[in-house]
Amino acid sequence: MTKKSKFIYLTIIIFFTAAAIAGLKHKRKKILRKRSSKKSIEIPVKAPPFSEGIYPCSECHDDLEVNYKRRKLVDEHDNIVLKHDEKNRWCLDCHSAAKRNWLHLAGGKLVSFKESYKLCGQCHGPKLRDWKRGVHGKRTGYWNGKKKYLLCVHCHNPHDPKFKPLKPLPPPVRQENIK
Amino acid sequence: MTTNDKHNKTDKFKKFTRKNFLETAASAAGFMLTGCKFDSSLEELFRQKFRTLSEAEKKEIIDRLEKKYSKKYGKKFKVSRKEPIEGTLFGYALDLSRCIGCRRCVYACVKENNQSRKPQIHWIQVLQMEDEKGTDLFHSDVHYNPPKVPEEGHFYMPVACQQCRNPQCTTVCPVKATWQEPDGIVVVDYNWCIGCRNCMAACPYGARHFNWGEPHIPQDEINPNTHYLGNRPRMKGVVEKCTFCIQRVRIGKYPSCVEICPVGARKFGNLLDPESEIRYILKNKRVFVLKEELNTQPKFYYFFGI
Repeated sequence: MTKKSKFIYLTIIIFFTAAAIAGLKHKRKKILRKRSSKKSIEIPVKAPPFSEGIYPCSECHDDLEVNYKRRKLVDEHDNIVLKHDEKNRWCLDCHSAAKRNWLHLAGGKLVSFKESYKLCGQCHGPKLRDWKRGVHGKRTGYWNGKKKYLLCVHCHNPHDPKFKPLKPLPPPVRQENIK
Repeated sequence: MTTNDKHNKTDKFKKFTRKNFLETAASAAGFMLTGCKFDSSLEELFRQKFRTLSEAEKKEIIDRLEKKYSKKYGKKFKVSRKEPIEGTLFGYALDLSRCIGCRRCVYACVKENNQSRKPQIHWIQVLQMEDEKGTDLFHSDVHYNPPKVPEEGHFYMPVACQQCRNPQCTTVCPVKATWQEPDGIVVVDYNWCIGCRNCMAACPYGARHFNWGEPHIPQDEINPNTHYLGNRPRMKGVVEKCTFCIQRVRIGKYPSCVEICPVGARKFGNLLDPESEIRYILKNKRVFVLKEELNTQPKFYYFFGI
């Protein structure tokens, strides 16, 4: 075998080996891609209803002058008892005075009621992070596809966020009484 | 002639076992007694292990079961035999700082999985623990019944099948009527179970339950969407257990306990999918498993999400 033909054989062998390795890698990538689920689709559950006759806020507030003074409400909304860092906050810290049907972040950015979680997330950052990944809060639907998620306000009343105690369903029958 | 009979005829001389002999004898007896082929209860008595049946035999058995259940409960029944989804290994996580012990999951499970109402069987036990004692199983209470939960100074720990990677309940079964499926779910072949309850003794979590009596489920409460290895109606004398709602999760749905939980404490997903909720929990929360020292290696994780 001449030197030249040796060189040609060597080149061909190297070429095929490289191609084979590349092919294998590609296949492995494909398998990995297949394993991780398709981007799951997340659908918000409709925001919970407001108390009757309370929304849109502008209906009444458009005609009223804004009173920025911190005070106990007596004429209207007197059913709302704030139990959510009430010492440091009041209505207009979350509800926008400029645009009545909206909420606002601490920096003044307006947020709709549909995106109220952004407002919650200002203080509850780690909870928001968990919620976005489906770990805080509840998701229903398909673990490998379409799922619905609940907003913070579905479970937590924003004015009094602690989850309310429930009546437990009946305990199991004691073993000696099972018939 | 049923496929079972055909199968026996061709195989009879190849493997002349006691079981084959009995089966042929029984079919002959059935033929003589009733003047027709194989009675369905006789078929049940001599049915082979589900895992060893051919596709045609499985289909025939399931058709017969669907008819039987539909007639008994007056509803159209579906008995699925859906195989595992490739590339899945199911895992479960429960946030103990969320759970309030309301027992919604217990009854959602009973309803979804057709557990006997009388005598009562619950696959999920919710244990009430004292904050001071921590996860102390010995001092836990399953019969708590205050007007409202959670009670001051207590936390709650629901326990069902831990779906171990190393399930001792399956190794002790003398007839191999229970096994772990490729997607990690431990299942029972109710027709092959002989009711010896060795698995119940081997399970360190009390997750297996025995039908001491003929299970009773009101007709209007029966769930007709079933799986052969899961929530199809059971009979007296067999063991049953949580299957992660095999009839739901194999078509992509969440288990029913996950969907009912009012506080969102229950999380479920595919352990092989790095993007799943369960993998996020394993990566970002400190989790623990029950009775780790027994090396059962549960796929059911507990964590405190606070």
